[in-house]
Amino acid sequence: MTTITKQNTTPAVHEADLRRVRNSGIKKVLGYAVLLIFAVIYLYPFAIQIATSFKDDPQAAAHPLSIIPNPFDLSAWKRMFGLTSDSSVPIMTWLGNSVLVTVIVTAARVFFDSLAGYALSRLHFRGRGFLFAAVLAVMSVPGVALLVPKFLIVTYLGIYDTYAAMIFPLLIDAAGVFIMKQFFDSVSVSIEEAARMDGAGVFRTFWSVVLPMARPALITLTILAFQGSWNEFSHFLVVTQSANHKTLITGLAGLTSGSLGAGTQFPLKMGAALLTTIPVAILFFTFQRYFVRGANEGGEKG
Amino acid sequence: MARRKSSIHGREGIAGWVFTAPMIIVLGLFLFVPVLMAFWVSLTNWAGNGNPFGGGETAKFVGASNYTDLFLKDGLTRSTFMQSIGNTFYYVLLVVPLQTLTSLFLALVVNNKLLRGKSFFRTAFYFPSVTSSIAISTVFLFLFSNSGAVNGFLKLFGITGPQWFADSRGLLHLILGLFGADNPSWAQGQIFGRTLWDWLAGPSVAMCVIIILAIWTTTGTFMLMFLAALQDLPVEVDEAAALDGVSAWQKFRLVTVPMLRPAIFLVVTLGLIGTWQVFDQIYVMGKGAPDNTTLTPAFLSYSQSFTSLKYGSGAAMAFVVFLIIVLLTWFQRRIMREDKKPGWWRRRSTLVGAASSGAAAAATPADSTSAAGAHR
Repeated sequence: MTTITKQNTTPAVHEADLRRVRNSGIKKVLGYAVLLIFAVIYLYPFAIQIATSFKDDPQAAAHPLSIIPNPFDLSAWKRMFGLTSDSSVPIMTWLGNSVLVTVIVTAARVFFDSLAGYALSRLHFRGRGFLFAAVLAVMSVPGVALLVPKFLIVTYLGIYDTYAAMIFPLLIDAAGVFIMKQFFDSVSVSIEEAARMDGAGVFRTFWSVVLPMARPALITLTILAFQGSWNEFSHFLVVTQSANHKTLITGLAGLTSGSLGAGTQFPLKMGAALLTTIPVAILFFTFQRYFVRGANEGGEKG
Repeated sequence: MARRKSSIHGREGIAGWVFTAPMIIVLGLFLFVPVLMAFWVSLTNWAGNGNPFGGGETAKFVGASNYTDLFLKDGLTRSTFMQSIGNTFYYVLLVVPLQTLTSLFLALVVNNKLLRGKSFFRTAFYFPSVTSSIAISTVFLFLFSNSGAVNGFLKLFGITGPQWFADSRGLLHLILGLFGADNPSWAQGQIFGRTLWDWLAGPSVAMCVIIILAIWTTTGTFMLMFLAALQDLPVEVDEAAALDGVSAWQKFRLVTVPMLRPAIFLVVTLGLIGTWQVFDQIYVMGKGAPDNTTLTPAFLSYSQSFTSLKYGSGAAMAFVVFLIIVLLTWFQRRIMREDKKPGWWRRRSTLVGAASSGAAAAATPADSTSAAGAHR
């Protein structure tokens, strides 16, 4: 746009400057317009979701675009929280299962992933290279190819449709081990060596010296583990069956794909979907910079 | 001194195995062993009755026939499987370029130094990537329902929207129809049990909703990757380009794009890997309906096993999907390895680390599914 003329006279430069200013003004307006349009595309569905959960069924169908419920209707939420006689959609049971599984899986992953990641990064033992290669190989295995295998093993072990089947296979994830290994590779070994020279054992050093230093990586890992287990779907789908093992996600999937209740029930579905979104949303807005780091932007900059 | 050191190493040897024992047990028992079991089942005709490893009539060894049925034997299994491959082909063909271009475009706009509110927009675009695929699919079911927001919006312009989830017409068929082609004689040749005309259907209207959903949920993650890469570009090049008086488009084409090549490659391959894994969305949005036009191999493998109770055949399909994805991942790792350097955690750009770990790590942030597979 700004072609500076060859004869370097003052007026020409002036003109170019002016043009640049005008151009940047137009660019600014255009830039904001693009950003706003995309922001609407990315956020409006959530606004509709929230609003619809406070509408009744006819209103949801009649005014799908409006984000102001009128009249304001709480029946979907009352039904979700078990305040009505209709117990066909036991969302509180689902919520309880989701919380139980997520808490156990997150705690276990943070501990076991960093334990294994530390060993693969720091401890010298025969077979370490092979184990790390195995972790890398496991990471390339797509979850969708594991549905039949998971069903076979939990049936074989006799734990089909139990909490054990829901929780045990998720206790460690290769990606988490990989993250921790990479993290420990990047921090200096000197402090640990000092502790070891002072006679602290391997686990003691890991627990009281290494883990406290690994805080940023642990937070990232916690977020990923929480998000991963809270949003988990296909694993629970193939290893459980009964209604009392449903989580919010599998319950919602059942509700949406039409196996429960009648009619469209969009307010109820939007409310249940909202309920599954809220914990991750809170986590996201609180620890945003760790999410961003997780998404590979971040490092030290935060 | 020497003795002391070796005793430490001796302890480390034991500690190494103790520390990794939980990982070996969990991944071994719930990943390695089950994959072997499933491979065995894929060689049998097991239908869910009795012990799959017990032999006999209920779990008879049938060799590779579950695999050859998918490709060579004329029948329902092959035509359904081939339809799911065709569906995914069009899905990949649309999703990968569109999500790459959209995320690159958003990253360039958000990265513009003239504009403020960068963090707000970054957050807004990234948020859909972290939410549950099931919850998002539920919202999209409502948005695209017959009386939903999208049709409501179209009505503002006097357009009557389609019945999105009931419409099995293929986009290419619709376009070819404009030129008067409707199942013409030249398109009757059979390829893998389907006519050329069927292969040329394009994504159905229902599949388009899932395509839109996939693009909508993945662009945020990929935008962050592009932003990281953009911030790593040396400022001098930018300034030199500005001084040389090249136009914005020339700068983009001749400077930015070549320097973003590794990031573009990463996003494209992660997209390729992720698109083959779509599962959750299909489950919620019709389980393959209408007319199997939203069926994907991953979902078909599930329904073949758990709905039709043909576990052998379903497991065989899973291994085919598995093979496709593993090949794509290895291909990506191989190419990216050239750039691999240690210590990515510390560095500002961690793209390289993500790349070396293939799908999983890039996905790591937002659950292997959301990144590659916001798809899933």
